[in-house]
Amino acid sequence: MLTGGQILIECLKNEGVDVVFGYPGGAVLPIYDALYDSDILHVLTRHEQAAAHAADGYARATGRPGVCLATSGPGATNLVTGIATAAMDSVPMVAITGQVPTTLIGKDAFQEADITGITLPITKHNYLVRDVNELPRIVKEAFYIATTGRPGPVLIDIPRDVSAAKTEYRDPGPIGLRGYMPRLAGEPARIAAAAKLIAQAKRPVIYAGGGVINSGAAEYLKKLAETIMAPVAVTLMGIGCLPGDHPLFLGMLGMHGARYTNYAVNECDLLLAVGVRFDDRVTGKVESFASHAKVIHIDIDPAEFGKNVPVDISIAGDVRTVLVDLIKNLTCNPDPAWQEKIALWKKEYPLDYSREGLRPQAVIRELSDTLQGRRYRVTTEVGQNQMWAAQHFCITRPRSFISSGGLGTMGYGFPAAIGVQVACPDELVFDIAGDGSIQMNIQELTTAVNYRLPVNVAILNNGYLGMVRQWQELFYNRRYSQTELLNPDFVKVAEAFGAEGIRVEKIAEVGPALEQAIASSRPVVLDFIVEREENVMPIVPPGEAISRMLG
Amino acid sequence: MRSTYSVLVENNPGVLARVAGLFSRRGYNIDSLSVSRTDDPSISRMTIVVEGEKAVLEQVAKQLRKLVDVIRVHDITDEPHVDRELVLIKVNADSGTRGDIMQIVEIFRGRIVDVGEYTSIVEVTGDEGKINAIENALKPFGIMELVRTGKVAMQRGIQTVLVED
Ligand SMILES: Cc1ncc(C[n+]2csc(CCOP(=O)(O)OP(=O)(O)O)c2C)c(N)n1
Ligand SMILES: [Mg+2]
Repeated sequence: MLTGGQILIECLKNEGVDVVFGYPGGAVLPIYDALYDSDILHVLTRHEQAAAHAADGYARATGRPGVCLATSGPGATNLVTGIATAAMDSVPMVAITGQVPTTLIGKDAFQEADITGITLPITKHNYLVRDVNELPRIVKEAFYIATTGRPGPVLIDIPRDVSAAKTEYRDPGPIGLRGYMPRLAGEPARIAAAAKLIAQAKRPVIYAGGGVINSGAAEYLKKLAETIMAPVAVTLMGIGCLPGDHPLFLGMLGMHGARYTNYAVNECDLLLAVGVRFDDRVTGKVESFASHAKVIHIDIDPAEFGKNVPVDISIAGDVRTVLVDLIKNLTCNPDPAWQEKIALWKKEYPLDYSREGLRPQAVIRELSDTLQGRRYRVTTEVGQNQMWAAQHFCITRPRSFISSGGLGTMGYGFPAAIGVQVACPDELVFDIAGDGSIQMNIQELTTAVNYRLPVNVAILNNGYLGMVRQWQELFYNRRYSQTELLNPDFVKVAEAFGAEGIRVEKIAEVGPALEQAIASSRPVVLDFIVEREENVMPIVPPGEAISRMLG
Repeated sequence: MRSTYSVLVENNPGVLARVAGLFSRRGYNIDSLSVSRTDDPSISRMTIVVEGEKAVLEQVAKQLRKLVDVIRVHDITDEPHVDRELVLIKVNADSGTRGDIMQIVEIFRGRIVDVGEYTSIVEVTGDEGKINAIENALKPFGIMELVRTGKVAMQRGIQTVLVED
């Protein structure tokens, strides 16, 4: 006989789980008791939100589901931002929460929160386990649902009497979900039709996103681009799906896309949208988005077809499987005029910035140059720091640029970096941070020190909630309402936590500081005192067509 | 436009909340929704009538299909089908008006299912037009209370909305 807690651990092991990020409490005592005897690594974060983000970072770095664990009530609600972040970016995650005993559910018991109700709109699916005998089936289904089709978070809520109850552990057998059958292959007729459209195109652009990375299709995306000589514009989630130094790489499109990128999208006659969802930050004014183009949309989730932008050919299926089939159908038909035009735009409108003082873009470029040739992963916070990282970091492989795209969660990057470092102990991990965002989960310095995780935090310290300040400057007549920050001394903060802190005020100090951080076996906080009112340019004003950029 | 979906769902706790939540958070307009279990106790059937533009209605079906507990979604709007609603109407009735009410009820092939000192309850089954018509016909007597089940629908002939097909 095993307790529900012990059965849960058995199930996690069957799923290949080697680490859980979590925080204990009354309703999960039986689970933590079972963990005590288990060889699954438990990382005790200092806030449940960080446990969720760490599990998310782990998942994005590896492609394997991240697991987080929290107690009922406040523990569970603290996971919510992390679950929503994972849902928006299609990250495979299993969140496990304790719940009050079944007899007390619905009675407003101490630390009761209806977490399955609360997370209904931000999970792919969720479960309340009412009987310990159901636990093996539910855990198996949860992992299956989280990792297949369009990935996403699944929550399992386990009342304390269920995790304490004893029963025989029985293998649940094969999964039988009548309402959930993700399809892999694309319809051959549609693939053939797409190939025909591609052959007719004179000015093709590939618009690639997180679906390419999620399905492990980077290699095939490259082959596709090279076969038809189509430049590749990527979403924030798609960064890394084609090496940043590839000649066909156009960088990020949309609100903070480079001029040449948005011009290419604006003037293309064929838009090949792969693993993307036409987010408003990408399309700007939808009516004008790639308005001269035929649109082919490949995605695992058919609900994305025509949701925001009408498409000519949609192909539902796993991106990788579809690309493999599509490439077989393709013939090379490049038009040199289109390549020349794009080369000209690139030359005329480079992503440029001032070389005076310590500019945040220069810090990113130097970090990027320093890391080339080494194994590294980058996470980001949210705001200007994130957009500069997206614009200026040269990312050369999938799963090494990790950022909260859909939800834009400040405080994501640092705990995510912890999850990434756990997943990739031999790699260099940098969180590119803002001085505002880092303070949303700065307590995780303890976690990094505790588990000897040598993550590095590069704070682009501008003394502002910079992105909001930028909008106030551009669209609210420079009225800086509540965006100037009084910050702590980040070097001293780092030291107080037992980490290392380095302040950098001059461009000449950047290189040595980075080398020092890389050499250190401890977590390092780099406090870059950057130009305070630098802006992320270009920018598409809200509601405008993406070809109408400022800056 | 208005579409009628016949939807098979797992008879799990919370399935109604999942469907209702989907409609509210994505801003879809439910005209009516009726749900109950089928001959297979593990499966419930929902008949959902939705109002919206074509693109929205397409989204409704696709988003419903994404729910793990939703087994099948079938748009039967343009297929031959039978649809019915049941209404209970409590009207003011006294010895002076009871006869007139009876006559109306007969025309609509309804039934009087309760008679009180000052009231009668009328039961009528039919499609939406018929239900609207009897409601209007009884209005002059004074409707005290009204309850409609919402539409249920089934395809004609051998067509079915079952798990397998
Ligand atoms: C949790 C959360 N709260 C608020 C916001 C809105 N927001 C977006 S960017 C930003 C400023 C971020 O400031 P900082 O971390 O210093 O980055 P910077 O833009 O200065 O690089 C804010 C407040 C958000 N994205 N997330
Ligand atoms: Mg800042």
